[in-house]
Amino acid sequence: MTFLIARSRSRARQEESGDTAMRARAPLVPTDTIASRALVTVISIMTFLAALTAGCAVLISDASRDWSEQVSREVTIQVRSSNPKVADADATKAAELARAVAGVAEVRLFSKSESEKLLEPWLGAGVDLSELAVPRLIVLKLEPGATVDLSALRKQLGQSVPNASLDDHRMWIDRLSAMAQTLVWIAIFVVGLVFTAMALAVAFATRGAMAGSRHIVEVLHFVGAEDRFIAREFQRLFLRLGLKGGAIGGLCALALFLASRVLSNVWALSPGGDQIEALFGSFSLGPKGYALIGLIAFAIAILTGYMSRVVVFRHLGALE
Amino acid sequence: MVRFENVGLRYGMGPEILRDLSFAIEPQSFQFLTGPSGAGKTTLLRLILLALKPTRGFISVFGRLSNELEKEEITAIRRRIGVVFQDFRLLDHLTTYENVALPLRVQGRDESTYRAEVVELLQWVGLGDRMHILPPVLSGGEKQRAAIARALIARPELLLADEPTGNVDPSLARRLLRLFTELHKSGTAVLIATHDLALMDQFGGARRFVLGDSRLHVYD
Repeated sequence: MTFLIARSRSRARQEESGDTAMRARAPLVPTDTIASRALVTVISIMTFLAALTAGCAVLISDASRDWSEQVSREVTIQVRSSNPKVADADATKAAELARAVAGVAEVRLFSKSESEKLLEPWLGAGVDLSELAVPRLIVLKLEPGATVDLSALRKQLGQSVPNASLDDHRMWIDRLSAMAQTLVWIAIFVVGLVFTAMALAVAFATRGAMAGSRHIVEVLHFVGAEDRFIAREFQRLFLRLGLKGGAIGGLCALALFLASRVLSNVWALSPGGDQIEALFGSFSLGPKGYALIGLIAFAIAILTGYMSRVVVFRHLGALE
Repeated sequence: MVRFENVGLRYGMGPEILRDLSFAIEPQSFQFLTGPSGAGKTTLLRLILLALKPTRGFISVFGRLSNELEKEEITAIRRRIGVVFQDFRLLDHLTTYENVALPLRVQGRDESTYRAEVVELLQWVGLGDRMHILPPVLSGGEKQRAAIARALIARPELLLADEPTGNVDPSLARRLLRLFTELHKSGTAVLIATHDLALMDQFGGARRFVLGDSRLHVYD
């Protein structure tokens, strides 16, 4: 009661100041209720989860694409022979064949000692590998965007250098792509589930609001309000709640991704940072990711308004 | 304007609470509806307002049979009827001004087109200085006047008032009755449900509808 008196006094002051139209468009459905605040919290959490899932999917997709691009621009030729002299000759021949292929930007023939050094992480330093038939490696860097006829090179190598085998990492790229695609589809499914849960939560909240505002709906009907007018009032209320919840949830998700980016920049300076970045990317969402989060928050607000309208119309229809 | 023919109403499988009601409310007429508490006065008003459907008989409002009306048509008819509820039915979260302006607002009118009209009516009913007060803070009489102002603001062709003087002192009751008679003179048909005999005596020329034993007796 004290609260109402205080509000009334405040209104009286507005009147004295000539501001009579200030509340001309006051919402017909009370907005500041416990149920409204609870719904804003639910919408915020749902938006946060949906935005987080979508953001992670974008990160995975981007990281997978970057990794695929890097790997697909590199092709390796291995030359295996138990005879070191034959291996050297075959490696040189294979490198010459590779250099002649259009679209190959760089050919690097690893020397025997360089090839042996590549085994150090597994076998340790100082191991005598002279008796071991260590394959010779040739790394081909392809020109960005160029279409290289690797099957022709593979065929030439098979005819001229039978000890050589060409690896374009296709198997790894395909697996990585399949894994990333699967994760993206899982993320889409999770976002879909969140949207469904949201729609149901809004439907229940709208029914609750309708039940709590039954006397208001009755008065509105008696003073000549059409169903679409009443539905618009409820839709306006829920759209406002949806926008509020969506903004809170979306901003929290954005803050988390920005914090992750800052942390990943800190990790990048640590000894293992470059490996983490190579695997997971830089945790940088990019404009597409941020736009997607904004879109999700907006879509949730629109869904909230739309669902409330549908439920109100059904409820009013049932009153007949 | 309003015509009832052999109207009966029962809730579920219970007994008929209104039986064989036949009467008419003519344009620019003035009538009281009276009867003991629980006789069905409010129910009869709700039937006229098309908030209830009769279980038998015919109700015609503004020349249209109630059982043939679409929802939009019911809304259009309600816009031609002003109603004062016994319990006021003011919306507690809206100010007096907003409550009174409600019938115009739901018609989709811009606030600037009716602001002066609402303020004038509020001043006329003596609530000029209570415009921005919320209903819980208003006295019973002020709520009554706000409810009456809301019923009058859209210039209805028919005014239904359910115990409009039930919560006010005799002096204010007389003022409110004067308000209804002014409205009647301006061309509105008025039906006031009351069991205040003194009030009815002040307007001796009015028709009286008396509800008793579920039936209606009309005294011209």
